[in-house]
Amino acid sequence: MDWTALWLSLRLAAWTVVILLPVSVFMGRFLAFRQFRAKGLVEALVMLPLVLPPTVFGFYLLVAFGRNSPVGALWQQTFGHQLVFSFEGLVVASVIFNLPFAIQPAQRGFEAIAVEVREAARCCGMSPLTSLWKVELPLAWPGLMTAMVLTFAHTLGEFGIVLMVGGSIPGETKTIAISIYDKVQGFDDRGAAIMSATLVAISLFTIALTYWLSARVGRRLS
Amino acid sequence: MALEVMARATTPIPLDVAFRVEPGELLALVGHSGSGKTTLLRTIAGLWRPEGARVTVDGTTWLDTVARVDLPTHRRRVGIVFQNYALFPHMTAAQNVMAAMDTADEAEAERILDLVNLHGLADRKPAQLSGGQQQRVAVARALARKPQALLLDEPFSAVDRATRERLYAEIIELRRFLAMPVVLVTHDMNEAQLLADRMVVIEQGRVVREGTTAQVMADPEALRAMGIREVAVMLPAVIAEHGTDGLTRLEAEAGPLFLPAVEGAPGTHVRVRIMAHEVILSRARPEGLSAQNILKGQVTELVTGKGPAVTVHVMVGDHEILARITRRAAEQMALRPGDPVHVILKSMSVARDHVARAPSAARAAE
Repeated sequence: MDWTALWLSLRLAAWTVVILLPVSVFMGRFLAFRQFRAKGLVEALVMLPLVLPPTVFGFYLLVAFGRNSPVGALWQQTFGHQLVFSFEGLVVASVIFNLPFAIQPAQRGFEAIAVEVREAARCCGMSPLTSLWKVELPLAWPGLMTAMVLTFAHTLGEFGIVLMVGGSIPGETKTIAISIYDKVQGFDDRGAAIMSATLVAISLFTIALTYWLSARVGRRLS
Repeated sequence: MALEVMARATTPIPLDVAFRVEPGELLALVGHSGSGKTTLLRTIAGLWRPEGARVTVDGTTWLDTVARVDLPTHRRRVGIVFQNYALFPHMTAAQNVMAAMDTADEAEAERILDLVNLHGLADRKPAQLSGGQQQRVAVARALARKPQALLLDEPFSAVDRATRERLYAEIIELRRFLAMPVVLVTHDMNEAQLLADRMVVIEQGRVVREGTTAQVMADPEALRAMGIREVAVMLPAVIAEHGTDGLTRLEAEAGPLFLPAVEGAPGTHVRVRIMAHEVILSRARPEGLSAQNILKGQVTELVTGKGPAVTVHVMVGDHEILARITRRAAEQMALRPGDPVHVILKSMSVARDHVARAPSAARAAE
């Protein structure tokens, strides 16, 4: 059992969720409530990581974050190591790759709030921020929670993009999915089996937890 | 300290309207759906901004497109009851009410909920309340905002008839506590006539008639413009006695009226809506007639429109009753202003929701 890889995966998933939560609230709300001409294009862009092969996506990220790119060069100057093949690079890739999983359910959550309910909040004297906190977030909560759980579980299981952007550096970029792959390559079937089962258990637990929690929220609303 | 509204727009619907509502006055904006009345309400609340508009209340300007003033909705002291109430589904009735307060005050929320007859239901979620109860929570929430203007957007359209009758009575009672201008949007003439002091009739974004409820409802031209045939007047009366046969005897100035069971204790002041097309006129006092209500009056005016009907204005005591009869009948009877005449009204022609409690003795006498 590769505990280092499991811990790394959990850390990666947690960071991805922490960063994507405000993004999903902001973008989900924006796409749910605003009508603008390029809306279809923005929605398509958000969904793109869902259909692109991770290798294609990883390749572009390598090019964009590599030592010769402006972003990569700036990172190298500031932090003294390169962005690709590092944990930070992995987090950036994971955040971008999980955009559809985080934004789409959040958008549906906000869309489920009736326009009049939002207007009623304003007529009750609530500022946009107060309305977000007291009315919109509690009502969009099932959608936001689905978004975060999907993001978490999906990050644990991601393989291709991690391999492309992160390589397989133990303790830095070697996630549990990569570790399982290594075990299979090294004919360690027992190790692979234990780690696969662990991953299945964690994923099942998180998803079951969301269903249970959203059922509770459903009861709270009715 | 009135509410003054002026709005002009070309989209989404053409609009060119101005009106004024005094404090404590209930103004009904009446018109077909799509006439622009809800758009006007949304303009007052700041949920919509027409191309040219001015909204002032209590001397404060909420919106002035010329002076570039546009207070956001949450900074306007406006209470609004939405057509479908728009309650916050995750909050209890009390929390809904407190959400509209500047500082949440549970005792005050309970007091307002009591005021709208929701005693003991403070901890229920909207989904656990009936339609009528939800409407009362919405009214309580609007009042909790301590509004400078109270806006009611078709607030009775989503409940059944029996509930609606009760809610009418409650709103009339509640008006004793309302010192701010109130705007009611409705397409229901009966509702407007029962509840409003004044009416503004809007068609295709323009005011076609404006005046006291009695003036507008007695104007066949205005009503025709709206495609409404139901000319009607409100006759004040006092409940005298509930008979064992299911009829209630009311005392109007000109004599007794027998109507199907009217709710209320003897001595209660009510207003009865009498539809002009249900009224029969007779020169001689009729005998052997099934109709229970025969009032003596005097013809004051005959108004002939384009159609085959004549509207006869009859003074019964101090109040006017309108009768829509055919021109032929008016000619056969040779009716002239000044003629004595008997007004005949079938008991069963007055629908239950056409009798409303008078706001107060003083108001009924107006």
